[in-house]
Amino acid sequence: MLKVDIEKCIGCGECEEVCSFGAISVVDENAKVDPDLCSLCGTCVDTCPEGALEMESEGQGKGKLDLSAWKGVWVVAEVRGNDFAPVTLELLGKARELADTLSVPVTAVLIGSGVREGGRNLIARGADRVIVADHPELSSFVDEAYAKIVAHLARKERPEIILAGATAMGRAFIPQVATMLETGLTADCTGLEIEEGGRNLLQTRPAFGGNLMATIICDDHRPQMATVRPHVLKALEPDESRYGEIVDFEPSPGLLEHRVKVVESVVEESEGPGLTDAEIVVTAGRGLEQKENLHLVERLAHCLDAGIGATRAITDAGWISGNHQIGQTGVTVSPKLYIACGVSGAIQHLVGMQGSDIIVAINKDKDAPIFDVATYAVVGDVKEVLPELIKKVCEERGIEYV
Amino acid sequence: MNIVVCIKQVPDAESVKWDRKTGTLIRDGVKSVINPFDYHAIEAALTLKDKLGGKVTAVTMGPPQAQDAIREAMSMGVDEGVVVSDRAFAGADTLATTYTLSKAIRKLGDVDAVFCGKQAIDGDTAQVGPGLAVRLGLPCVTYASHMEILHGGKGLRIRRMSESGFDVVEVEFPVVVTVLSSLNVPRVPSLKGKMRAKKADIPLWSAADIEASPEKIGLSGSPTKVYSTFIPTFEAKREFIEGEPEEQAGALVERLKEAGII
Repeated sequence: MLKVDIEKCIGCGECEEVCSFGAISVVDENAKVDPDLCSLCGTCVDTCPEGALEMESEGQGKGKLDLSAWKGVWVVAEVRGNDFAPVTLELLGKARELADTLSVPVTAVLIGSGVREGGRNLIARGADRVIVADHPELSSFVDEAYAKIVAHLARKERPEIILAGATAMGRAFIPQVATMLETGLTADCTGLEIEEGGRNLLQTRPAFGGNLMATIICDDHRPQMATVRPHVLKALEPDESRYGEIVDFEPSPGLLEHRVKVVESVVEESEGPGLTDAEIVVTAGRGLEQKENLHLVERLAHCLDAGIGATRAITDAGWISGNHQIGQTGVTVSPKLYIACGVSGAIQHLVGMQGSDIIVAINKDKDAPIFDVATYAVVGDVKEVLPELIKKVCEERGIEYV
Repeated sequence: MNIVVCIKQVPDAESVKWDRKTGTLIRDGVKSVINPFDYHAIEAALTLKDKLGGKVTAVTMGPPQAQDAIREAMSMGVDEGVVVSDRAFAGADTLATTYTLSKAIRKLGDVDAVFCGKQAIDGDTAQVGPGLAVRLGLPCVTYASHMEILHGGKGLRIRRMSESGFDVVEVEFPVVVTVLSSLNVPRVPSLKGKMRAKKADIPLWSAADIEASPEKIGLSGSPTKVYSTFIPTFEAKREFIEGEPEEQAGALVERLKEAGII
């Protein structure tokens, strides 16, 4: 919180001039701060010739904060086209579980334009309450406005936990929210639970490329904030009979202000099912040996209507574009069936696919780590097994095998 | 133009070995390198300078050895660099890191553009760029994959990538930009650059030098703490399918049919 020492302030207005957010105005020869517009950037503190401005931590830190004043679990929803990003629904399922443990409600924060209708959907998936900020200015992803709105609501309502998807969007604006609130944020979590006998959120995430799992806590700051990897949690089945409340929030002009203008939004259509949405994923690994053999994976994927994945070695070699990469630095998938073709199973790869229901691994080396996570382990040369497998799948599905 | 590029020295992913039994990092012989994404941030900063003129300053927080990272950036063409280095910074999470970096950048004077890599490969958080923007009171554009200068040199037009495609955004200077590796191809250090970097005097700034509040840096400025660590274990529930390739394929398809998948 920005504090003005009225004894020192001479009302010169230099802070008002320097503030990019319009958060300071000189009234009756004293600087007045609008806490909703203040981003706590501290530019004014350095500018004030009288040293009258001071950035005070918002009562955060050890022993300074009345933790019991912060209640409830929030999920920041992500709208993608006419739908929600799958991770939003996955988060609501987890939020429901955490909130039930804590005996508090689940609130979803829904930001966008023409999105109010979707609030019902969030309730069906586990929210008790949806706060909707619906405004034409918010139709595209204007991160600055999105961040200010969430921070404003959090200051007002004091949730103990805020969760969001570790997506391009979540990773862009949720760190801004955490910085505005001067609280902790754990990135890319794969597990969340409440500490036994307490209210702290245990936030587990891969560290050192997935070689180690680290559980992080934020025990003397609130809210506790985390972004969560898509496709690691399971969404609840929708229950249309669930009761919930939709609350409209009208953002002030200051909250809507933003400096990055979105001039165009382009949706790129990809061929076949998207990797993260596919029910079956076939992944190419180094065992294919040559780029010419990649067609075996493509062919099997085609027969199974599957998405095509690749290990880092394959994308680095330029056989296929980087957005097919599965693992720690790529995408996480959890399809019904995962077929690893010539994949050795480096830990960085395993963390990106171990949640799959059935894992088939085909590899020459019977000691390959991929077999540690496999349901069905096929020890053999992927170049020999795949043609046979394609033939059998074609027969089964009535596809002509050429 | 006063351009800043934030870089981080990280353990070389290629040379890091991990003892999976004890869960410890084998540090012997591990080299420190510039975070791979940061090379693209350096290139973005240099490209901007080539077109609009000015100065590029590299900033890093780390131990005194991080001077090596600054020297490498300078060999590529960065004009100056500084290492923000103090024992009191140790244990910083992203909130304390953005505070520390913002204090150092403020000390450099008014900046027009700050470039950061998308994320560092050791922490993988991607939180420092956006957090730093808030600390500096600047707008932020994340995940830049294409960048051009707006007519009149007043700002940038950037392609910001997302899962479903991209946005084309426009922003006036000053701005913070985090960059993807697809943005550019980093230039190779020149011999002249290497010579200059070797001789350069790279200052170390302490917490006092940047006038940092002790309660906002290092461990005390970090709300998040490591509660526990463990080695991921995987449940071995596998069934080996033996035989010739044809038999293996047949047996596998049978299993998948039973499971109702094909």
